[in-house]
Amino acid sequence: MEQNMKVRGYKDEYYPPIPTRGTRFWRTNFMYQIYKFFRLNYKIMRIVVKGHS
Amino acid sequence: MKVVVLGAGVSGHTAAAFLKKKLGNKHEVVVVSPSKYYQWVPSNIWVGIGKMKVEQVRFDLNRVYHRWGIVFKQALVKAIFPEGDVGTSKGFVEIEYTCEENKGSREKVSYDFLVNATGPKLNFEATPGLGPGKNTLSVCTCDHAAHTWEELEKCIIRLKEGKRQRFLIGTGHPTATCQGAAFEYALNLAFLLRHKKLDHLAEITWITNEYELGDFGMAGAFIKRGGYYTSTKIFAESILSEYNIKWIKRAGVNKVEPGLVSYETLDGAYNTIEFDFAMLLPAFSGHGLKAYNKTGEDITAKVFAPNGFMYVDGDYVQKPFEEWNMKDWPQHYQSPTYKNIYAAGIAFAPPHSISKPMKSSNGTAIFPSPPRTGMPSGVIGKVVAENITDIIRKGVSVPRHTASMGRMGAACIISVGYGMTRGLGATMTVSPIVPDWEKYPDWGRDIHATVGEVGLAGHWIKLFLHYMFIHKAKGYPFWWLIPE
Ligand SMILES: Cc1cc2nc3c(=O)[nH]c(=O)nc-3n(C[C@H](O)[C@H](O)[C@H](O)COP(=O)(O)OP(=O)(O)OC[C@H]3O[C@@H](n4cnc5c(N)ncnc54)[C@H](O)[C@@H]3O)c2cc1C
Repeated sequence: MEQNMKVRGYKDEYYPPIPTRGTRFWRTNFMYQIYKFFRLNYKIMRIVVKGHS
Repeated sequence: MKVVVLGAGVSGHTAAAFLKKKLGNKHEVVVVSPSKYYQWVPSNIWVGIGKMKVEQVRFDLNRVYHRWGIVFKQALVKAIFPEGDVGTSKGFVEIEYTCEENKGSREKVSYDFLVNATGPKLNFEATPGLGPGKNTLSVCTCDHAAHTWEELEKCIIRLKEGKRQRFLIGTGHPTATCQGAAFEYALNLAFLLRHKKLDHLAEITWITNEYELGDFGMAGAFIKRGGYYTSTKIFAESILSEYNIKWIKRAGVNKVEPGLVSYETLDGAYNTIEFDFAMLLPAFSGHGLKAYNKTGEDITAKVFAPNGFMYVDGDYVQKPFEEWNMKDWPQHYQSPTYKNIYAAGIAFAPPHSISKPMKSSNGTAIFPSPPRTGMPSGVIGKVVAENITDIIRKGVSVPRHTASMGRMGAACIISVGYGMTRGLGATMTVSPIVPDWEKYPDWGRDIHATVGEVGLAGHWIKLFLHYMFIHKAKGYPFWWLIPE
């Protein structure tokens, strides 16, 4: 499939935001993701516990 | 007292586990389910992509139920007699055994309390030509997923031979739901082909009945991202673009022939798309259970909605989208007609959809049905068990425990890849599932609890949840401390 942005032009897939190198770096940075792991788990636990009584 | 649970899926198994734990040996808990296996359905995606074997996502229930003291009947429930019949005034269900030893034999199982947790019927028949054994594949059960992987392996061989392959993933019916699962499969497929350096020969298309991507049957959501309140449409489109996946939205698939899908779009156009490999999710319905009163009169329409799901304490009065309210959604999952019957998980009839109903100019309804993901299904199972326990042990007359879709949140973790270092997870949480525009007038939901993130962490969470929930379902030490 077309990877090239010029070829994609004027198609739906041309317009959405695409992650920068920096964003991709942080997505797989081990230390940052460990922090995210705990943070996301905390958020999920909160909505599970809060949602019923 | 005797509590009978129909279905040993996420909701029924959770309900049975808590019922037995809380009621102890003084009371009897019976589970009726057609398969001897419990399967952790969310991990079927990994089976369908060849990263897990069927044995890793399921286990034999007999051992667990034997240890817990739960009576297990491997059977299908056929009909409910809430008032008994001429011979008895006690409610009972009629079941038909599916296990080898007494396959086909029938039995009447009486109950004091009944929990219907039979989940969805995978209604492939609603779309001509759809489904395994016909022209498309599925990941809805682990057997379907294993077959899907076999077919995918054949495509991979053809790609390695330099042949182009067209993959079509998404919803196979104009009102199908569970977009999250199909979306996860599409991304895993793209990730796998990229990893194998075959993506230049593959064309992956996402086909969906959503009005906009990221609707996921819950009317989309807003998340805080990069200094903006951003719609999940942007989030979903961004991920598909990143993985070079094209999309067709507002599409209701109405027929599948070998290598060809026909669909109608909201603007009334009829189109077709060719494919070499198609994984399309079917519409869901109830299992078509029947209900009879004491004299044998058919009262199915009183107990079940036309789609086969069971009526509970929701507000089923038809009203326009603009008047929908989160209060329409049930809280206790108790049948309004028979107070000792409950419906947990997907088995309860939703009062209406969450996404706005849309019709094409030809009058075809094209929009997602409401999703009922694993987390709420588990929570409902537990709440139903707590309410029944309260009635039996404390004699309370009104159920105290509640779990409304208008209060509960959901986490959808779309995990791509496999292993600890290779992979990404797109984590989406929303709270509540059904928007509450009175409490949250700006965004319909708690914007602080709503998350949309992509990263390795989400992938770890998905793996972690797999092992944690299987630990819990097997009843290993401290299982009850693990939240639903
Ligand atoms: C591929 C896939 C991926 C998913 N991923 C996620 C995810 O990542 N996160 C998430 O939260 N949710 C996910 N879901 C949704 C989740 O799996 C469901 O919400 C959940 O399984 C519903 O639980 P349930 O108990 O209501 O139904 P089920 O799990 O379907 O269980 C129903 C049970 O009833 C039994 N039964 C059926 N008919 C009868 C009968 N006549 N008599 C007796 N028993 C009967 C069935 O055999 C089964 O044991 C996914 C779904 C799919 C298909």
